[in-house]
Amino acid sequence: MIRQPQQQLFRFNGGVTPEYHKDQSTRVPIGVPPAPTELVIPLHQSIGGTPRPIVSVGERVLCGQRIGEADGDVSAAVHASTSGTVVAIEMRQLPHPSGLSSLCVVLQADGHNDWIACSAFDYEQATAQEIRDYLRDSGVVGLGGAVFPSHLKLNAGHQIGIDTLIINGAECEPYITCDDMLMRERATEIVRGVALMRRVLNAKAVCIGIEDNKPQAIAAMQTAVSESKEDFAVTTVPTRYPAGGAKQLIRVITGIEVPHGRRSVEYGVQCFNVATALAIYQAIALGRPLISRIVTVAGNVSNARNFEVLIGTLMKDIVALCDPLADTDRVIMGGPMMGVELASQDVPVVKATNCILLGSQKIFPPAPPEMPCIRCGECAIACPADLQPLELYWFARAKLFGKAQEYHLFDCIECGCCSYVCPSNIPLVDYYRFAKSEIWAREKEKALADEARERFEFRQFRDEREEHEKVARLAARAAAAAEAKAQSAADLAAASAGGDSGGDDATKALIAAALERARQQGGEIAPKNTGHVSAEQLAEIAQIESRRAEIREQAKPQLPPDS
Amino acid sequence: MLEAILVMSLGAVVLGAALGYAAVKFRVEGDPLVEKIDAILPQTQCGQCSYPGCKPYATAIARGEAEINQCPPGGEEGIRKLADLLGREFKPLSAEHGVEKPKAVAVIDEQTCIGCTLCIQACPVDAIVGAAKQMHTIIADQCTGCELCLPPCPVDCITMEVLHETVDTWKWKYPVFPLHPAQVQS
Amino acid sequence: MLRVLAALTPGIAAYAWFFGPGVLIQLGLASLTALLAEALMLKLRDRPIWRSVGDGSALVTAWLIALSFPSTGPWWLVVVATLAAILVAKHLYGGLGQNPFNPAMVGFALMIVAYPLMMSRWPGAGAAMDIGQAGALIFGSHSVDTVTMATPLDTLRTAMHGVETKLSVETFLQSRPDLHAAWKWIAAGYLAGGLWLLQQRIISWHMPTAFLVTLIALAGVSSAIDPSAFNGPLFELISGGAMLAAFFIVTDPVSGCTTPRGKLIFATGVALITWIIRHFGGYPDGIAFAVLLMNVAAPLIDMYTQPKVFGLKDDQGSRHD
Repeated sequence: MIRQPQQQLFRFNGGVTPEYHKDQSTRVPIGVPPAPTELVIPLHQSIGGTPRPIVSVGERVLCGQRIGEADGDVSAAVHASTSGTVVAIEMRQLPHPSGLSSLCVVLQADGHNDWIACSAFDYEQATAQEIRDYLRDSGVVGLGGAVFPSHLKLNAGHQIGIDTLIINGAECEPYITCDDMLMRERATEIVRGVALMRRVLNAKAVCIGIEDNKPQAIAAMQTAVSESKEDFAVTTVPTRYPAGGAKQLIRVITGIEVPHGRRSVEYGVQCFNVATALAIYQAIALGRPLISRIVTVAGNVSNARNFEVLIGTLMKDIVALCDPLADTDRVIMGGPMMGVELASQDVPVVKATNCILLGSQKIFPPAPPEMPCIRCGECAIACPADLQPLELYWFARAKLFGKAQEYHLFDCIECGCCSYVCPSNIPLVDYYRFAKSEIWAREKEKALADEARERFEFRQFRDEREEHEKVARLAARAAAAAEAKAQSAADLAAASAGGDSGGDDATKALIAAALERARQQGGEIAPKNTGHVSAEQLAEIAQIESRRAEIREQAKPQLPPDS
Repeated sequence: MLEAILVMSLGAVVLGAALGYAAVKFRVEGDPLVEKIDAILPQTQCGQCSYPGCKPYATAIARGEAEINQCPPGGEEGIRKLADLLGREFKPLSAEHGVEKPKAVAVIDEQTCIGCTLCIQACPVDAIVGAAKQMHTIIADQCTGCELCLPPCPVDCITMEVLHETVDTWKWKYPVFPLHPAQVQS
Repeated sequence: MLRVLAALTPGIAAYAWFFGPGVLIQLGLASLTALLAEALMLKLRDRPIWRSVGDGSALVTAWLIALSFPSTGPWWLVVVATLAAILVAKHLYGGLGQNPFNPAMVGFALMIVAYPLMMSRWPGAGAAMDIGQAGALIFGSHSVDTVTMATPLDTLRTAMHGVETKLSVETFLQSRPDLHAAWKWIAAGYLAGGLWLLQQRIISWHMPTAFLVTLIALAGVSSAIDPSAFNGPLFELISGGAMLAAFFIVTDPVSGCTTPRGKLIFATGVALITWIIRHFGGYPDGIAFAVLLMNVAAPLIDMYTQPKVFGLKDDQGSRHD
C-alpha cells in the first residue's frame, strides 16, 4: 500500500484531549439487531419543517416507502424502515432532552421486510433541482449528528463547482465509534458515495479527514481509495477534540475559518460526514432511502459495540443487546461532551442518534458542586471558537442576552471544552444553551407581537377609513337627496309621464341579466352521477319521474302560479 | 455683589438659550417613551387594562394616567420590565384587571359555528376568517389569545386552548444546582 | 489556590531567614483572621462554609497582605488590613469572583494611607531576631524599635529628597550591602515560585512578563538619563514588592484582565503607575495603588481587547508545521 504524502495541515485554537474510551466498542464488528416488531418513526428527524404523514392508519407499507413528505425545501422525507402495517399515527416521546412528544408513525412489522422497487437514480441526466428533490425525498440528512438535509448542501455548488469536498471521518467525541467502524467495514461504498458527491458538487479536490487514533479506519479508507482509482486524499488529522466539528475540520485541512452565519460553500468548501456519503451512495446508486444508521452503544455496558439500527427501533431494545450494568442511571444520546441526557430509553433511534451512551455514578461521577467563576481564563484557552466563555457565562447568568450576543454567543458550537476545563466545575454549556433558547424564544415572541401590533393598527386604520367612507357616503346621499328634492321641486311643474329615472332602469336590467345567467347555468349543470346507468336503472328512473309528474299534477292547483 | 448677580444672570441666559436651542434642534417626533412602553406590552390588544388596545395603554402609562400593573397577559415579567424602564416601583398585578394565564389561542368548534361574523368583528388583529353564513375559523398563528371573541359568540362555540410546550418551543432551563447546606467535615 | 500558597514558600523562607521569624507570626495572624472573617461572612451570606473556606482564596489574600507588610509591625496592622480585605473588598462586593478590586491591595492601600509611619517600620536585615523578640515587637509596646529601619525605597526616598540629594543609588547600596543581598534573595525566592506557577500553567506568561519588562525598561531608560534621580533596573526589581507583584499580585484573575492583550495592557499599566508613584508620588511604593487603579480599568480594557472569534480573524490561513 502506498502511503500518500501527508499534506500540510493547519491548527485551530483551543480544544482538549479527554480520555477517548473508543476501544470499548471497536472490538467486534457492526452487529445487526434482531428485527423489531414495532417501530416508532418520528416525522420530525431533521432540521427544518416537520414532514407531513402521507400514510393512514391500517395501511400496509413496504420497506423504504415514503411515509412522511418533506414540508418545504428545508426538510427531508421519512420512510418506513421495514414492511408492515401502520398501527397508529400519534404523539410519542422523542429522543430529545425535553422528553416531549411529537407526531410519530407507529409501524407493526410483518417480518417479511419487503422492499419497494429500487432503481438507481440517473443523476448525470438530472437537473440540479431534480437531484435536490430526489435526495430530499430519499430522506438523506447529515448523519454526523446535526441532521441538516443533505440536498441543500449538495445543490450548492452544482453550477460553479467548489474547491474542496471534505469528508468528515474525524469522529472526535469520546466513546463514539460508529464512523470508525463504518469506515473499517464499508470503505468501498463510502468511497463510491464520495465519488458521486464529488461529481454532483463538481469539486476540484476531495479530502477525507480522519483522526490519527483510528489507524484501521485510515488503512481501510486508503485501500478503498486506491482500489477505486480516485484521487481522493485520506488525511490524518491530529487527535484533538473537537477536530470533528465541521468548522474545525475545514480549518485543519484547508486553513479556512468559516465564520458563524456564513456557509462553507461561500469559501469553496463543503463538508459531509462519512455516514452521509454512504447514505448518498445508497440513495443514488441503489435507489434506497435512508432507513437505518450505525449506532454505538457504549458506556456502562459489558458488551459495547456498534449496530446497524433501523430508524424507529426503540433504544431499550438495542441497549438490551449489550448487557447494561445494573447501576446504570442515565442514558445519553451522543457523546459525553455534546450529548443530551434523555428522560428514558423508551424512545426510538432517529437519524441523529450516533451513540447511545449509558452512564452510572461510577463512570460519570456527579460534578462537584459549582464554585464561583474566578475568571481564570482556562475556558478561553480551551475554546475552539476563540470566544471568551467566561464573559458569556457572566452575561448568560445575569440574563443580559443582548450583551451575550455582542460577545458572539451564537458562534458557540456547544462543544463542551469550556465546561470540561473549568476548575470551578461550572456547567458553562448549560448556560449558553439556556441563553440561546431564551433569545430564540424572545425573538419569536417579539416577531409575533410586532405582527399583532401591525395587524391591530391596520385594523384600526381600516375601521377609521370605513367610518370616514360611511360619513362621506351619507353626506353624499344627503346631498343627492337634497339636490333631488330641489330638482324634483324644480321639475315638478314640468313633470312628465316618464316616471322613474334612467338609473333605476339600468339596475333592473342588471338584475334581470343575472337571473337569466343563473337560469342558464342551472340548465347547463347536469347531475354527475348519471353518466353510466344500466337499462334497469333507466327504467327505474323513468318510473320515479312518472310518479313525480303525477304528484306535480296533483299539487299544481295549490301552488302559486309562478313556481 | 452686582458683578456676581450679573455673571449668574448671564450664565442663566446663555444656558437657557442653549437648552432652548437644543430642544428645538434635537426635537424627537412622536413620543419615544410611548414606543418603548408599547414594545414591552405583549400586543394582545385584549383591553383588560381598560384601554382599547396596547398602544392607548402605553400612552396612558407615559402620561402617568395608568398604573403599570394593569396588563395580565404581560404578567409579572412585563410589570418588572415596565418598572425598570420607568424607574417606578414594582407592583403585583392588579386583581381587578385580571389574572396571568398561560398563553392560549381561541379555537372555533366548526360544527357549532353558525357563521354570524360577530367574532370577526370583535377580533382586534383580524385573526378570524369567514363570511356571513359561512363557517369561521381562527388563524392560530395570529391569535393573541385576547378572548375578545368569546362574549359576542351567540352559540358559545369558541373555546380557549392553552398552548402546550412542544419540541419546537421547548427551552433549555436556567441551570440550577442545589446548594447543599453547610456540612461539618469530620 | 493551594499551589499558589506553595509557590510563595521559597520567598517566605528567604524572608524569614534574613529578617527573622516575625514574618511567620504575621502570616499566622493574617491567616487566622482571614479564615475567621471568611467563615463569618459565608455564614452571614448563607453560603456553604467549608467548601469555600477550603478553596484557599482567603489564605492567598492573607499571605499577600502579611508579606507586603513590615514583619515587625504591630499585630493589629495585618489584622485590620486582612479584615478590610476579606469583609469589605471581597464579601461586600459579592464574594469570590465578584470583587472588582484586589482584596490584598485594598488592605495594603488602606493601611498605608491610615498608618504611613507604622507601615514603614521594617526590620533591619541581619538583625538576628529570635521568635521572642519578634513577638515582643509585634505584640508588645514599641520600645525596641531601634532594630527596625525603612526599606531601601524608604531610605532612598528620604535620602533623595532630603539634604543629601547627591547620595546616589550606588552609594546607598554600597552602604548597606547586607540589605541589598537580603532583598535580592527574597526576590529570587518569589521568582522561583512564580516560574513554578508558570510551569504549572496556574498563571499565564502575559502579566509577569509585561510587568517586569515595563519596569526594567522604565528604570533602565530613566537611570541612564539621570542616575542620581532614578534607580537602576536591578534595584527596581528587588526593592519593594516588585517580584511578589509580578507573579502573585497582578496575576489575580478575578480583578484583572482576562483577554491576552488585556493582560499585557493591564500589567504594563500597573508597572507604569508603580514606577511613577515610586518616583514622583508621596508614597514609597505604589504597587497597591497601581493595581487598584488598573482594576478599575480592567473591564474596559477587556471590552476593547476581545480576541477575534473563529472565522473573523485577519490572519486567515497562517500555516503551522
